[in-house]
Amino acid sequence: MPAPPGNSAVSIRLDGCGKTFADGTRALEPLTLDVRAGETIVFLGPSGCGKTTTLRLIAGLEAPDAGGHVWFGGEDVTALPIEKRNVGMVFQSYALFPNMSVAENIAYGLKVRRVATPMRAARVSEMLSLMHLNEFASRRIDQLSGGQRQRVALARALIVKPRVLLLDEPLTALDAKLRESLRIEIDRLLRELEITTVYVTHDQAEAMSLGDRIVVMERGRVAQIGTPQEIYYHPANRFVADFIGTMNRLHGTVRGGHLEVAGGRVPCDAPDGEAAELGFRPEDARVVEAEASGDLAGTVAAVFFLGDRTRVIVEGAADGLIVVESSGRRPFTKGDEVRIALRRETLLRLK
Amino acid sequence: MSTLAQRLRFGPRLRFGLQLFVTLAACVFLVAPVLMSILAGVTRNYFIGIRSGLTLQWLAQVWELYRQTIYLSLQVALTCVAVTLVIGVPAAYVLAKSRSRLTRLVEELLVLPIAVPGLATGLALILTYGGLREFRASWLFILVGHVLFTLPFMVRSVLAVMTTIDLNTLEEGAASLGASFRQRLFGVIVPNVRSGILAGALMVVTLSIGEFNITWMLHTPLTQTIPVGLADTYASMRLEIGSAYTIVFFVMIIPLLIAMQMISGRRRPARIVETADAGAARE
Repeated sequence: MPAPPGNSAVSIRLDGCGKTFADGTRALEPLTLDVRAGETIVFLGPSGCGKTTTLRLIAGLEAPDAGGHVWFGGEDVTALPIEKRNVGMVFQSYALFPNMSVAENIAYGLKVRRVATPMRAARVSEMLSLMHLNEFASRRIDQLSGGQRQRVALARALIVKPRVLLLDEPLTALDAKLRESLRIEIDRLLRELEITTVYVTHDQAEAMSLGDRIVVMERGRVAQIGTPQEIYYHPANRFVADFIGTMNRLHGTVRGGHLEVAGGRVPCDAPDGEAAELGFRPEDARVVEAEASGDLAGTVAAVFFLGDRTRVIVEGAADGLIVVESSGRRPFTKGDEVRIALRRETLLRLK
Repeated sequence: MSTLAQRLRFGPRLRFGLQLFVTLAACVFLVAPVLMSILAGVTRNYFIGIRSGLTLQWLAQVWELYRQTIYLSLQVALTCVAVTLVIGVPAAYVLAKSRSRLTRLVEELLVLPIAVPGLATGLALILTYGGLREFRASWLFILVGHVLFTLPFMVRSVLAVMTTIDLNTLEEGAASLGASFRQRLFGVIVPNVRSGILAGALMVVTLSIGEFNITWMLHTPLTQTIPVGLADTYASMRLEIGSAYTIVFFVMIIPLLIAMQMISGRRRPARIVETADAGAARE
């Protein structure tokens, strides 16, 4: 394996960076955030949440509103345009140059830096083998598959030994299976290179598997920052709970230390008479025999057999549908009366 | 009745035959005047007809009398391309980059000289700049008219390619790799819009050589282009000379038209070879 391209990782600091577009749209509320050197941080959220704007601010493709500053290590790069920031960027559409071959695309960053030809050739072949692209070196871009293009884009971004690697939904244009395998490849690459990486996606599975930390964003604001585990197990609010994974919701009124819902009673530490909402993940509930003492009772509305487990959708237990998973081989049919037992310590109070 | 209906239901072969006939008839109808005109240009005496014999004397006379118009037309056309390139490509770039209301307006205004009759454009130029004697009498006055008329074609042609290649992202990609504006312009933008620039340039040359309306208003007896010269021969010379002149015009314009056709044919859509993504995933 060739030597990793970037070994002097740099930290990133966003200091009060907001972004208002010319037409007055507020794309990003002022944001202060530190990314540690070598860390992979993932911006996650639905479209229009400000995640791409944040990436473009870090890249230097957008300037923050007055007062905002972007720091790379000890250097204030706010005023530097992207071409002077020494970043590597992978675009959603890859932005490969159609007028150049694979090798020429990869060499471009060195060419504009006026690196001597022999040195350039050596670095290009290094990148070609790192990204398993050797046999495609002289191909035109339109002769490549989506996955190959993606790897060319990565190679092109990495060859300049960027201080920071920026990835803007790099896997979105690919089909599910390929996405999975490239995600593993990118993960391996990022661990190996130990390069500071900012990754933008709307795919929570990508975020969970790649991010050292995840920044969940909603309408121009940070909803939560944390490790994948923190975000999954302790979502800061309803939006995060819903956006990451599946969250079942129980909505009702508290009476005698219990939340009363359509299908039963669940312990809830809140004053009597208060309307409250509790949430739990499908894997934190078990379907038990109807006679046994579960927390909630309901009727099977739909069953999805997934092979290793069965996903059971239950109605009548709460206002909405409840999703639980059963790993046993018990068959379920629509209309079955079931009881659901909850692992009470996993119940979340949703705000 | 039934026999009539049967008769009306053409077989596929008959239908093909009919289509072929209509197509050929249309071609003959359209091509015949061209051939007649060429023939007239090399006939000794058109009123007697081909019996009077074929000759190149009319072509020689045209060369003798109207050589200057050919030179001037080429001079105007080539300068016009140079000017439209220098103005049009940057203009297309700005229009492609900025989608504001102002740039939309500019894009629409650019087309005005095509929509407005050439005579009106010519008149407006004379009203405005006619007082500048030197300028009015020089070929540059005609050049201005031609640039006005051809610029939208250059801009549109380049702009069309710029919008299909997603110029913004390409440029951002190049910038992210450290390319300065100059490097982006000559290394990425121009090579990728080359087909648009080439098509635009050929279009401008062709239109400039053939432009009559504006030129008619702007020319002086000393600044005649080919089409103006043509009108002159039709009005005051033998029919044979006018026709011979037409031949000269054809010789100049037809290679350009063929080149234009070839360029637009070569501009193929980006094709994606089906190298199996699954194969890529396995590696």
